[in-house]
Amino acid sequence: MNIHEYQAKELFDRFGVPSPQGKVASTPKEAYDAAKWLAVTRLVVKAQVHAGGRGKGVFKNGFKGGVQLVDSPEEARDVAKKMLGQVLVTKQTGEAGRLVRKVMVTETVSISRELYLAILLDRQTCRPVIIVSTEGGMDIEDVAARTPEKILREYVNPLAGLQAYQVRKLCQNLGLQTTARQFGRLLHSLYKLFIDCDCSMVEINPVVVTTDDHVYALDAKFNFDDNALYRHPEISSMRDKEEEDPREVAAAEFELNYIGLDGNIACLVNGAGLAMATMDIIKHHGGDPANFLDVGGGATKEAVTAAFNIILGDPNVKGIFINIFGGIMDCNVVAEGVVAAAKETGLKLPLVVRLEGNNVAAGKNTLAASGLNIVSADGMDDGAKKIVDAVA
Amino acid sequence: MSILIDKYTKVLVQGITGSFGARHARLSLEYGTKIVGGITPGKGGQIFDNVVPIFETVSAAVKETGATATAIFVPPAFAADAIMEAADAGVGIIVCITEGIPVMDMMRVKAMLAGSKSRLIGPNCPGLVTPGYGEESHGGCRIGISPGYIHKRGNVGVVSRSGTLTYEAVWQLTQLGYGQSTCVGIGGDPINGTSHLDVLKMFNEDPETEAIIMIGEIGGNAEVEAARWAKENCLKPIAGFIAGATAPPGRRMGHAGAIVGGVEDTAQAKKRILSDCGIAVAETPGVMAKTLIERWGK
Repeated sequence: MNIHEYQAKELFDRFGVPSPQGKVASTPKEAYDAAKWLAVTRLVVKAQVHAGGRGKGVFKNGFKGGVQLVDSPEEARDVAKKMLGQVLVTKQTGEAGRLVRKVMVTETVSISRELYLAILLDRQTCRPVIIVSTEGGMDIEDVAARTPEKILREYVNPLAGLQAYQVRKLCQNLGLQTTARQFGRLLHSLYKLFIDCDCSMVEINPVVVTTDDHVYALDAKFNFDDNALYRHPEISSMRDKEEEDPREVAAAEFELNYIGLDGNIACLVNGAGLAMATMDIIKHHGGDPANFLDVGGGATKEAVTAAFNIILGDPNVKGIFINIFGGIMDCNVVAEGVVAAAKETGLKLPLVVRLEGNNVAAGKNTLAASGLNIVSADGMDDGAKKIVDAVA
Repeated sequence: MSILIDKYTKVLVQGITGSFGARHARLSLEYGTKIVGGITPGKGGQIFDNVVPIFETVSAAVKETGATATAIFVPPAFAADAIMEAADAGVGIIVCITEGIPVMDMMRVKAMLAGSKSRLIGPNCPGLVTPGYGEESHGGCRIGISPGYIHKRGNVGVVSRSGTLTYEAVWQLTQLGYGQSTCVGIGGDPINGTSHLDVLKMFNEDPETEAIIMIGEIGGNAEVEAARWAKENCLKPIAGFIAGATAPPGRRMGHAGAIVGGVEDTAQAKKRILSDCGIAVAETPGVMAKTLIERWGK
């Protein structure tokens, strides 16, 4: 799960991670008031969407730049007016862009250095790793590719937590002297936030050192562990479903695991590994998968109907491939679910079903006797070939 | 021989009175697994299905029954505690089926288990099967949720992160007449107890295992680590498959661990490394067993 910049600021304030003063606004009037409250001469107004590349983004009304510098509350109001209710297109949003519902108005700071700081969970060592670089404000993947020696890593023992010596080491390697204490406090606070909020990643790019020797987190990207959201209602409530694919939101309501892709062959599979492998096998035989969809352990009539509705909501879909290995679950129950769902949704598209496992003969009979145009497949390769041919 | 478990292994089930745990405890009992005790706090002293005594704690169950393995079916919020309780009681093989455990919990569990005598399999996994010689492979040991009947006793070791892809591979083998020594589902989470490499080492030392299928997916470098080790150390033929060639970068594909990170992390990169390490990579998941048998030449 991701959050907006203004929500990240809320978390920073709660955990004592210093960041520039700022307020969120939903109307031009609120932007004006926020600017007035900040009472500084130089301000920045930022469109709140989940995508990166806002500064270079273009609004569909022609207004350029989702991040604007302004000099007065009046100007902040005017800029907010051009952003709010408008669709911002950045390199990360795709052509559709994102509707801007909120802007954030913050003070500007005078920057002397930009650093990079991230904490994430390292799979190999099973520990949190702190990543820092003197090359803040740049694309960190580029830094890693070009000058890997400028990326420093510090691993934290999860049972002991972040130690003072580790912070001292990082400060020295970053060349921080007069601001080392401030950076250390920021890092300790951020580490506590990372652990307490069950983050899987937090990235601040850049952390800035100002000309008057302050250290601030300027822009932040958070990722939270979905499995842990149950114990963080305050973070769950930050979820902005408007920023998510509506098909994925609908699927989640039925406990289906769905991810939309660009192809035209929809798949419906039990198990995440098999679902991925089914997409792969469609591609292997010359087709293009329209989605990843794991119906989990119980492909009931309700689940299959819900899945059909989500799949059929994608106008690109030209055919459906159902691939079920019913190890414990009864293939005939799955088949009955498929037949009922196909009838209920009035399915017209080609449907190939590959069933294997428990009570498979009865399942195949049910499909054959349904009177529907369902093609039965023997094995994954056979099924993939059949659906690719059917949509060709 | 087999690895990790055999038909004599005494097994506990933590969460035996929940619907999921109860169902699979029954299937394991039917399969011939020696389930000697269940654990449900608050229900100690009761008897499950008139055959399996229920205990309050794992340590009481171990003391009473001498169990050396456990299957964990408790909900995600309590799973980390259940794993640590089993380790504290000295259970050697801890199989955690639970899906959806917070990764911070697993990070702490992993740190706590370091240096202990327990081996954790999973979480978010189908578990372990050492098939038996009976009809539909009954008479073996099944810990977890795998369908028992798809197996056949034999000489192929199977290790995989994914449940249904394991079943797929096992079923393909059985259909072609090739049995399995032990099938190990290591789970789809980013932090798990036992890696592909751990299992390959065990298969390599097991005299009954003559050939190996290793199934992986996008995310992490566990398959690559195992393949590089195998190139230097494993003389047994290995076939591999990596799922997720068509997965978009940065998206979590169902399994919490299945997410393409850096360039080295794609399915294509992993397949290439597996192949460079002498592993026969199946072109599609439909031909995993066939690919192994061709390489094996048996």
